[in-house]
Amino acid sequence: MRKYTPKDNVQGKAKYTDRFWVAPRVPRESVEEESHFAAVYQAMNEAVEVLDAYVELGQLVIHIRPEENIAALEVLKNTCDYAMCSELSAIDYLAQDGEFEVFYQMLNLKKAKRTRLLTRIQEGQAIESIVPLYAMANFAEREMYDMFGITVNNHPYLKRIIMPEDWVGYPLRKTYPLQGDEHAAWYEVDKIFGKEHRDVIGPENRDPGRIDRYDSQRFSRVGYEVPFGAEHGESETEQPIEYSKQILVNYTTGSEVLDTRK
Amino acid sequence: MAQHEVNYASTGGLPVALTTVDKLLNWGRANSLWPMTYGLACCAIEMMATGASRFDFDRMGVIFRASPRQSDVLILAGTLSKKHSEFARRLYDQMPDPKWVISMGSCANTGGMFNTYATVQGVDRIVPVDIYLPGCAPRPETLQYAVMMLQKKINRESGNMNKNTKQRFV
Repeated sequence: MRKYTPKDNVQGKAKYTDRFWVAPRVPRESVEEESHFAAVYQAMNEAVEVLDAYVELGQLVIHIRPEENIAALEVLKNTCDYAMCSELSAIDYLAQDGEFEVFYQMLNLKKAKRTRLLTRIQEGQAIESIVPLYAMANFAEREMYDMFGITVNNHPYLKRIIMPEDWVGYPLRKTYPLQGDEHAAWYEVDKIFGKEHRDVIGPENRDPGRIDRYDSQRFSRVGYEVPFGAEHGESETEQPIEYSKQILVNYTTGSEVLDTRK
Repeated sequence: MAQHEVNYASTGGLPVALTTVDKLLNWGRANSLWPMTYGLACCAIEMMATGASRFDFDRMGVIFRASPRQSDVLILAGTLSKKHSEFARRLYDQMPDPKWVISMGSCANTGGMFNTYATVQGVDRIVPVDIYLPGCAPRPETLQYAVMMLQKKINRESGNMNKNTKQRFV
């Protein structure tokens, strides 16, 4: 017997629910035989331990262990003609998996092919610098260190690159608040005037358009008049904002009645 | 002798204009405001256009100077990041008195659309601001109007800088 579904208000509801909806994801294909990617996979498999390999959107993706990133990139650079590392960074999967994903996006200029090396590292685990192989990694690894707090071993000059040197926290981590933590909120005041001036300058005004109905200096209390600058007293309890009600007007008698039909 | 020429000899002396020291000083200050060549973001493009020939800031006596030591107006044109706030304040401190600050554009006024961890939420947190110029980005005419308002403000001030009440927190 079919499951009973209530038939009232059938028209107003969507006919289909998302019961069978599947989140779209990029299709993963296996590496084709005799292709360029197969050769790359072959060379990589001989040199390092390949955890996973597939083709995604025409790009080869290879998962490796973090200790072997130099060995894997040496194979890509020397054997497979990947002369360029176009991007290098990390993704924060700390909440989901408790680890970072570091990726190296490689480009073969001769064959116009792209390969991505993926590796996962724990929080606090360092990864070896690839600056000896690819000079672009100098800034990219500094940015990774700056934004995620991932330490890079044997980097020539590991220092914050975007945020100031005395910044606290790593802004691209998912746990970092968009509007900044306590340190970020007072950064310029502490730096320029010193901590003792926090009281003088006051906290940041993050929402200048905010309406505070109990602020009697900047807003008038229509219907409940209070003197200018009056504090929100004990006698008055805070009420949620009331919206205007629908009034039914009878123009013959001139009466106004609150609409309670709903 | 032509009729419009003044015969000084006949009036028995040199022409005399009576005024106060305050007015004289303010007249000089207001009509030669030299802002610093200092742009932070896209507002600086409008500021450059204001200084260029089409809008011609020079006719108001406004000439951009490349050094804080020679400037008396700081136009904070654009988004001020927290990393840069220290340097903006240092440039302000390097300017000799009397000095004025124009906060140009939404980002400089309140942080604008950059409601994030890395942007100063209003440059009045680090320097005392005289004129807040709204807009994103303000048109060159608006910046000129802001300077005219600043001239009005200067003309109201006392010639003695110490008497001028300004928002100074340090």
